[in-house]
Amino acid sequence: MKDHYPLVIIGAGPAGLAAAVVAAEHGLDVALFDEQPAPGGQIYRATESIPARRAGLLGAEYQRGRNLVSTFRSSGVAYFPDTQVWSLSHKRAIGLLQGKTPTMITADQVLLANGAMERPVPFPGWTLPGVMNTGAGQILFKSHGLVPAKGVVLAGSGPLLLLLAWQYLHAGVKMQALLDLTPVHNHLRALPQLPRALLASHYLTKGLAYKKDLKQAGISTLHNVSDLHAEGDEHLVSVTFRRQGRQHTIETDLLLTHFGVIPHTHLSRAAGCRHDWDKSQQCWRPQLDDWGNSSIDGILIAGDGAGIGGARTAEHAGRLAALQATHALGLIQRSERDRLARDDRKWMRDEQHIRPFLEAFFHIPGKLLSVPDDDTIVCRCEEVTAGQIRAAVPDGHSDSNQVKFLTRCGMGPCQGRQCADAVAHIVAAAGGNSIATGGYYRGRPPVTPLTLGQLASLYPGETE
Amino acid sequence: MKSDVLIIGGGLMGFSTALQLALRGTRCIVLDKDSPGRHASGVNAGGLRQLNRHPAEVPLSVVAAEMWQHIEALVDSDCDTHFPGQIRIAENAADMQALEERAAMISALGFNHEQIIGRRELYQLVPALAPHCKGALICRNDGYARPYHALHAFRRKARSLGVEFRASTRVDALLHSADEWQVSTPNGEFRAPVLVNCAGAWAGRLAAVVGDTAPVKPGAPMLMITERLPRFVGPVIGSASRKLSFKQMQNGSVLIGGAHMAELDIAQQRTTMNWDKLAVSARTVMALFPQLEHTRIVRTWAGIEAFMPDNLPVIGRSSASPQAWHAFGFSAHGFQLSPVIGKIMSQLILDGQTDLPIEPFSIERFQAPGA
Repeated sequence: MKDHYPLVIIGAGPAGLAAAVVAAEHGLDVALFDEQPAPGGQIYRATESIPARRAGLLGAEYQRGRNLVSTFRSSGVAYFPDTQVWSLSHKRAIGLLQGKTPTMITADQVLLANGAMERPVPFPGWTLPGVMNTGAGQILFKSHGLVPAKGVVLAGSGPLLLLLAWQYLHAGVKMQALLDLTPVHNHLRALPQLPRALLASHYLTKGLAYKKDLKQAGISTLHNVSDLHAEGDEHLVSVTFRRQGRQHTIETDLLLTHFGVIPHTHLSRAAGCRHDWDKSQQCWRPQLDDWGNSSIDGILIAGDGAGIGGARTAEHAGRLAALQATHALGLIQRSERDRLARDDRKWMRDEQHIRPFLEAFFHIPGKLLSVPDDDTIVCRCEEVTAGQIRAAVPDGHSDSNQVKFLTRCGMGPCQGRQCADAVAHIVAAAGGNSIATGGYYRGRPPVTPLTLGQLASLYPGETE
Repeated sequence: MKSDVLIIGGGLMGFSTALQLALRGTRCIVLDKDSPGRHASGVNAGGLRQLNRHPAEVPLSVVAAEMWQHIEALVDSDCDTHFPGQIRIAENAADMQALEERAAMISALGFNHEQIIGRRELYQLVPALAPHCKGALICRNDGYARPYHALHAFRRKARSLGVEFRASTRVDALLHSADEWQVSTPNGEFRAPVLVNCAGAWAGRLAAVVGDTAPVKPGAPMLMITERLPRFVGPVIGSASRKLSFKQMQNGSVLIGGAHMAELDIAQQRTTMNWDKLAVSARTVMALFPQLEHTRIVRTWAGIEAFMPDNLPVIGRSSASPQAWHAFGFSAHGFQLSPVIGKIMSQLILDGQTDLPIEPFSIERFQAPGA
């Protein structure tokens, strides 16, 4: 590893891989860092090593990753897997950790392609062992071929829930129930977006096909579910919920939930990039121009980390950002950049036809996001409840950071990754404010924990 | 809006002053450009330390220590105070000699809170310490509190006594006419016959507006905190010859400071960690507590503080304007003094004098000769 690169890309998902290939084609000295052991990101996880049968179960879209990864492998990009990024400054100093060794390097241009994370939505019992998000379920399946042996309840709202149900169906998993928490009135909310969505009708067709397969297999989806509770003392034993005015209970030891995905903003926040609240996507996203330039010079963002657009949009955005970085470094003229960007721009527009419909259809109800139940733990690291957070607001703590100082929510080892959004929602609702004004935890580096011994080995020499 | 006293700066000094004034029936308004305790007051290391202070600060610090012992009577909260003592470790003979000279000096001033302990007592107090240390200077009734909780308690008590507070209210303009200060802000105009400058890192500007010279230098000392550990150390630990402040907090996490500075952009209020200096801090910790090698650092930060060239605060009357008062520039060791500063300011404003020696903190020490 060198201590400086013209371009550093963080993340080996579709955006990062596509960007790396374009940058390398233009002769750029580019390094790509990724925390996973192999390229592909979350969506194409383990695409190089997965057995053919399991790959088949994951569907055609998953198999697209194999081409992307093999092109990347032959591009000559300096690729560093198993590498954590623990710090990024506005001056583009990048703290890396490989094994036990931390290093600090710099770059002229940094492209953040670190993707999305599952939206954490606290509900009663969500911290019990036996409750996981669907992303965790997918990781186990893709990387290790592990599926629930005794049965599973799937619950939540979003396309990934349906996809995982379909994948589990083909893998022979016993699905006890599929609980859809999408409110029925979302159908109306989404209706005005339907004509545009029809321009990307292959997504709709695919979704409907999944539903049909599930129905034919006898797996019924229970719609309009609310008041989801995970019950149990030491471990999940049952799931309860309300539907059509009645209370239901299902005994299970595994509940997988999904409430959509949101951009991973920890690095962009660490660097100090400006972010806006996106009402439609119900998440914060970095302020970006058409090329992925953030508010900080030389830091670009592409893929779901820039706002949720899906894997194909991420590829296009990655290529656009790579062209911009190549231009910023003086390797191509502006006109050349614009010309080379034309196809990706058009394809990206086509891809985006489906988004407003999906965002409206899977809009998470505000009541769920602002955690109605006082006893529910919101910050699982410090075990701070929604009630404690709510009580801090009338006591003179009007934004997330003040509530954090008072209650310690967000001060544990995960540094608020899991609770930041929920706390912002609760604080905004309790104060009668919009979430955009309630703020977000200020980033406190390191972005991922570093040991004292590791830090001590950085910049050796000087002592006091 | 009109009151008796207008306090600029909603940090600990501002609320402590407001609280003491309100206890004596004075109406106060506190303004802050950000949220309360947003900078140094809310995010400092929380040390309650008389140990190793500048001799000029010692009389104030000793009174403050007494006030912290009974803080609940003042603010209805114990502010999560603990008093396991603070110690300053000697790692070699030269360190030990320096500490012995320090103890003799404090004793000559007529105080007895700083005492030398030998190797044996040091290891009784801190068995987890690396074995090479020689002894230490100790202040047994020192300790620590949780700064944001203290700030909140002072603010809440002040509010219960009628003190008004406005957040997000920066001072745009300041005028003095007809024996009244008039402050224009985005949230309206505030007026009072008496003005108090508790504006911390931003106090230099305000001092200049009232006609004083105060070379405030904003700085951002870095702190880092570890994951929670089983309790392994009681007292707060410093070192005679290294930059270190080391304490295991109430919840088991270890707070490490060392007065190493972050990079600061004061206009943007942005701090950037100096990892090379934090690495030095980490090596210092490893030298004294090598068993922490695998302990995870979960968070680092740097609050914005006001530093004076002589590292002593400015406390007292403006040299240029009538009925303007200053309490700022605590140079990263103001937290412990905060209760007594409120007391002193209220006495100065209401009685025209205080019985504590504050001459060394006069703002006049920075006025150009002949000015």
